[in-house]
Amino acid sequence: MTSLRRTRPAAGPRHLHPGAWWLWALGLAAAASRTTNPLLLLLIIAVAGYVVAARRSDAPWSRSYGTFLRLGLLVLGIRLLFAVLLGSPVPGTHVVFTLPELPLPAWAQGVRVGGKVTVEGLLFALYDGLKLATLLICVGAANALASPARLLRALPGALYEAGVAVVVAMTFAPNLVADVQRLRAARRLRGRSDRGVKALLSVGLPVLEGALERSVALAAAMDTRGFGRTADVPPRIARTTAALTLAGLLGVCAAAYGLLGSAGTGWALPVLAIGLAAAGAGLLLGSRRAARTRYRPDPWAWREWAVAGSGVLVAVLVIRLAALHPAAFAPSFVPLTAPTLPLAAALAVLVGLVPAVAAPIPPRSAS
Amino acid sequence: MITFEQVSVSYPGGAAPALHGLDLTVPEGELVLLVGPSGSGKSTLLGTVSGLVPHFTGGVLHGRVTVGGRDTRTHRPRELADLVGTVGQDPLAHFVTDTVEDELAYGMESLGLAPEVMRRRVEETLDLLGLAELRGRALTSLSGGQQQRVAIGSVLTVHPKVLVLDEPTSALDPGAAEEVLAVLQRLVHDLGTTVLMAEHRLERVVQYADQVLLLPGGGRAPVLGDPAEVMAHSPVRPPVVALGRLAGWSPPPLSVRDARRRAAPLRARLDGLLPPGASAGPPGPAGDPPAGEPVATVRRLVVRRGPVPALRGVDLALHAGTITALMGRNGAGKSTLLGSLAGLHAPGSGTVLVGGLTPHQARPKDLVRRAGLVPQDPRDLLYGESVRAECAAADQDAGAGPGSCRALVERLLPGISQDTHPRDLSEGQRLSLALAVVLTSRPPLLLLDEPTRGLDYAAKARLVEILRGLAADSHAVLLATHDVELAAALAHRTVILADGEIVADGPTPEVVLSSPAFAPQVAKILSPSPWLTVEQVEQALAGTAGGPA
Repeated sequence: MTSLRRTRPAAGPRHLHPGAWWLWALGLAAAASRTTNPLLLLLIIAVAGYVVAARRSDAPWSRSYGTFLRLGLLVLGIRLLFAVLLGSPVPGTHVVFTLPELPLPAWAQGVRVGGKVTVEGLLFALYDGLKLATLLICVGAANALASPARLLRALPGALYEAGVAVVVAMTFAPNLVADVQRLRAARRLRGRSDRGVKALLSVGLPVLEGALERSVALAAAMDTRGFGRTADVPPRIARTTAALTLAGLLGVCAAAYGLLGSAGTGWALPVLAIGLAAAGAGLLLGSRRAARTRYRPDPWAWREWAVAGSGVLVAVLVIRLAALHPAAFAPSFVPLTAPTLPLAAALAVLVGLVPAVAAPIPPRSAS
Repeated sequence: MITFEQVSVSYPGGAAPALHGLDLTVPEGELVLLVGPSGSGKSTLLGTVSGLVPHFTGGVLHGRVTVGGRDTRTHRPRELADLVGTVGQDPLAHFVTDTVEDELAYGMESLGLAPEVMRRRVEETLDLLGLAELRGRALTSLSGGQQQRVAIGSVLTVHPKVLVLDEPTSALDPGAAEEVLAVLQRLVHDLGTTVLMAEHRLERVVQYADQVLLLPGGGRAPVLGDPAEVMAHSPVRPPVVALGRLAGWSPPPLSVRDARRRAAPLRARLDGLLPPGASAGPPGPAGDPPAGEPVATVRRLVVRRGPVPALRGVDLALHAGTITALMGRNGAGKSTLLGSLAGLHAPGSGTVLVGGLTPHQARPKDLVRRAGLVPQDPRDLLYGESVRAECAAADQDAGAGPGSCRALVERLLPGISQDTHPRDLSEGQRLSLALAVVLTSRPPLLLLDEPTRGLDYAAKARLVEILRGLAADSHAVLLATHDVELAAALAHRTVILADGEIVADGPTPEVVLSSPAFAPQVAKILSPSPWLTVEQVEQALAGTAGGPA
C-alpha cells in the first residue's frame, strides 16, 4: 500500500505557496521603505508589476492589482496636495508660485496654511508619496498573486479563528463598495440625483444594514458547517495555554519597551527571546484544542525557497547598501540635484525578478 | 430520522407563534417537500432542524426536535454539522473559501477528518455533482446553477444524514434548477440522504417529493402525507395539479408525464377550441405588433460590465399596452438591459431612447416620468422608516400631488398599516410597495427585474392582476424573469436573451411552445395545442357546456 502524499503535487501548473509570495512582496516593500530615491522606487514598482503580469492567475482577486495601483496614485496625489496647501518642512529657494497665506494665531506657531510653494518642497513630497505608493503596490502585488484566503489556510490552528475574522473583514470592503454603488444607482430610480455627498450619505444606513445582514448570514452558514468546533482538552492544558500566551505577550511588550527606550538594552533581548518562546509554546498547545485538519496544503518546494529567498535577498542587500552609501538612497533637495541610480542597489532590486521565472505558471481555468 | 414533538416556535413581539403544534416524524431516506404560503413558518421549521433556531435566531422553542437522536436544543449548529447539511437560497452567502475544491473541503476541515478521507471524498463529490472540470475555478466566476451545486457539494462531503434546503432553486433559471434537482434526486436514490426542502416553485419540485409537509398557516395544523393527496387539498399548487383538479383527475397528477398520460380526453374536449384572447396570447390585448410610436427603443446596444460585454448588439422596441417577458440564463444580460433602459449603465455603443430621452444622460427627475424600474431586491428602493414616510418621499420625488403614492399603496396593498417599517413587510408586500413608489410618477414604461423571486402563488396571482391592469392602462411593461409560468400567464411577447444577444423574439405562445426549457407545464401537457395556462383552459371549458369529465 502506497502512502498518500498529503500536500498538492509540486510538479506541473500550480499555485505557489501564498507565504512565499507574501515574503517576496514584503521583501520588496522593506527595500522600498529604506529609500526615497525615485528611480529606485520606480524600479521596484516595475519589478513587482512585471512579476504580477507574468505570474498572476485569472481568478477574480488577481484583478485587484489595478485597484492598488490606483490607490497608490491617489496617495501620491494627496501627499502633493498637502505639500501645496500646508507647506513643506524642507527649506527651498526655487519658488514655483505663492498661495495666499492664512494668518494663524500665535499658539498655532509652526503650522502654516498656504504660502510659498517651492520646487524642493514639491519634490520632497513627491518622493515621499512615491515611497508610500510603492509600499501599497507591493502589498497589492502579493494580494493579486496569492489571495488572502489562501494565506489563511497556512495559519497555525490556534490563530485560525482570528485569521477568519480578518479575512472576512477584508472581503467585506469590496462588498461594501459594491453595495454603495448599487444603492447610489437606485437613487436614480427614485428620481434623485446619484452624485454628490448627499447621495453618498443617504445610502449609509441601508448599506450598513445590508452589510450586517450579510455578516449574520455568513456567520450562520459557517456555524452550520462546523466552524468553531473544538476538541476536548483537559482543563489543565487549557489553563497552561492561557498562562503561557499571556506571559509571552507581556514579555514581548516589556522587551519592546526596553529596546525602544534607552534603559534596558542589556535585559531586553533575553526577555524578548523568552517571551517569544512562551507565546510560541502557547500557540502550539492552543492548536491542540482546534480540531481542524487541513486539506491538501500547498507544498513548500524549491520554487517557494527561490521566490521567498529572492524577496529576502532584495531586502537584505538594499538595507546593507543603504547603510553603506546613505547619500545615493536619499537624494538631497538643498541644493537641488537630479537623483542618480545607484548601480549596485539597482542590481539588487532586479533580483526581485526571479519569481517571474522561478514561480510555477498558475493553472488557467477554462473561461 | 427527524422527529418533532409538540414543537412550537415564537419570537418576541410576534403576534402568533411562527410555528405551532408540529408533531411528526420524518423517516430516513425520504425527500420531504415543505409547502405553504409565505409566512407559514417554512424557514423556521428548517432552522429548527439545523439548530439555527433557536441558537442563532433567538426566539423560544417549545417541545423537542431530535435529528439522528441528537436534541437540537442542547446541540449547537456546529455540533450538528456532521449530521445536518444546510443550503440556502443564495449560494454566495454560504461560501467561506474562494475556489471550488477548497469549498468542498471546508466542512471536513472543520470537523477534523483525516487528510486521506478528505482527498477521497472531494474527488467523489466532484464526480457526483458533475463539478470535476470546475475544481480549480474561483467560486465567483461560476454560474448560478454551478454555485448552487457547489454549495450542496460543500455540505455533502461531510456525509450528512440530513440535507436541509431553503428555496434552493428560486434564484435559478429553469435549466440550472433542473441540474440541482437532478443532483438531489440522485442523493436520495443512491446515498439514502434524508432531504427536507422548502420551495415556492412547486412546478419544479413536487414530482420529486416522497412526502409533502403542508404548513397551511393561519394557525391550522400541519399535514404530512403523500404528495398527491396533500396537493389535492393544498392552497398552493403548481399548474399541473390545478389542471388535474380542473379536469377532475383524482388523485391529481404531479408530473407533466403523469398528466400527459391522462390528458387524452381533455385534449379531445379542447380540440377545435382556441385559447381565449384571439389567435395568440393570454387574455388581454392581442399579441399582434401594436401600431403607434414605441415607448422605448434600443438599437444595436452594446454594454460592457467588466472585461466582457454583457449586451452585444441588442435591438428592441417596446410599445404601450404590451407586456414583454425577458427570459434567459442567469448572466445572459437581462438585468443589464433593464438597467440600460433605466439609465443605470452607459451604452458602449448603440442607442437607447426612452420617451425621447437618452436614459443615462437624462436628469433622474425627468427620467422617472418616462421609465420606472423595480430592481431585483426591492429593498434597494426603500429608505423610509415607514410606509407613510416612503409614500411622502415618493410624492415629492415624482412631483406628484400629495397622497398619489398612498392611493396606489392602498390599491396594491390593501389593509397595510401606514406605520409599518418597510423591512418588516413580507417579500410580496415589499414588492408591491416598491411598485407603488415607482408608479407614483406614472411612467409609461415599467421595468421589473425578477419580480416573483420569493413570492408564493397568492402573491404572484395578485402581481399578475396588477400588471394586467397596468397594461390595460397602456403602460408598456418589460419584466425579466426565470418563471416560465408567470411569463405564460402574463406576457404578450417574449424575448429570450443568450450571452447578451436576442435569440428569440415574438408572441409568447410562439416563442415558449417551441422551447422545452421555457414552455409552461400546461403547454407541455396539452401540446401540440397552443394552451399556456390553466386559466385559459378553464375559460374555454366554461364556454362549452358541461362540467368536468
